[in-house]
Amino acid sequence: MADGPDDSTMGDGPTGDPVADQVLDGNAVAGILAMAFGKEMTAVPGQCAHCSTVNMMGAMRAYVRAPGTVLRCPACDGVVVRIVETPTSTLVDVQGVAWLRLEGS
Amino acid sequence: MASPIAWRLATITAVTPETPTVRSFTLSIPDWGGHRAGQHVDLRLTAADGYSVERSYSIASEPERAGQIELTVERIADGEVSSFLHDIAVPGDRIEVRGPIGGYFVWEATGPMAADPLFLVAGGSGVVPLMAMLRHRARAGVGNPTRLLFSSRHLEEVIYRDELDQLAAAGDGLSVVHTLTRSQPPGWTGFARRIDDAMIAEVLGPLGSGARSFACGPTALVEVAANALVRLGLPADRVRTERFGPTGT
Repeated sequence: MADGPDDSTMGDGPTGDPVADQVLDGNAVAGILAMAFGKEMTAVPGQCAHCSTVNMMGAMRAYVRAPGTVLRCPACDGVVVRIVETPTSTLVDVQGVAWLRLEGS
Repeated sequence: MASPIAWRLATITAVTPETPTVRSFTLSIPDWGGHRAGQHVDLRLTAADGYSVERSYSIASEPERAGQIELTVERIADGEVSSFLHDIAVPGDRIEVRGPIGGYFVWEATGPMAADPLFLVAGGSGVVPLMAMLRHRARAGVGNPTRLLFSSRHLEEVIYRDELDQLAAAGDGLSVVHTLTRSQPPGWTGFARRIDDAMIAEVLGPLGSGARSFACGPTALVEVAANALVRLGLPADRVRTERFGPTGT
């Protein structure tokens, strides 16, 4: 991972769509997820409430350029999790999650 | 052991140039509880006025190194954290670190992972977490068939070039295949184009669809690699990706 314009070997995004080309993996926001849920979350499976597809959180599509962090389902593109950090609190919207399976806890 | 989620102070103990724009930074973290190859850390810089900025960096070093980690960072012109590391930081400086983080983009030299063929695809500094896997693999002494397909723009921008040559020469089942997309030295016989479906198919070839795959790099490269691998028959949950996006903040 790196910050800023990368040393891309490919000058243009895959779609030419400036939003779609900004997408990262859920793995990229592992630190924020760990803060929000209190444990490592990227290998945690979860079901999308919109389309019922099950994916690990690390395989969700992560959008980090908004004021918060948005995770979308890679199958249906529905919003799964939204996280907003403020100076005093963290807001976590999980309306798009049907369930999460946390092991060993 | 401190919680991985807590911020703690690491000390920069060494700075090593890798290419003209990439350096490795060794961080000493006394209570470091170890990590898994492929994980990353968050770094935080805080200015005197309270403004702070965080960035995630993949760990380049193998888990076998105790009490320290190595990060390999490309200098980005507008990158607030990478420009601090490249232009200002010197050994002895301290920096806030949180981690290790992530359990999705991880390879371990134990259990079924150690036996399965391993196919790694990197673009530029996307090689960093994959290098942690290759260093871990070498230290653990597993000989599973492994291939790294590594895309760089120019030969002099190939990160870890000498070490990759040495690892590939060890005869333990690793081969490294480079593609140079912008310029090639005289006599270059390797690939000279961006990674595409045909290249993925050719390099994956001997490993077959039973391979586990990790692809890290610019979003476009990772999309091409992941889509090609799924079309070649790898189950989607064995194609792990880490995109770092076409632009940054």
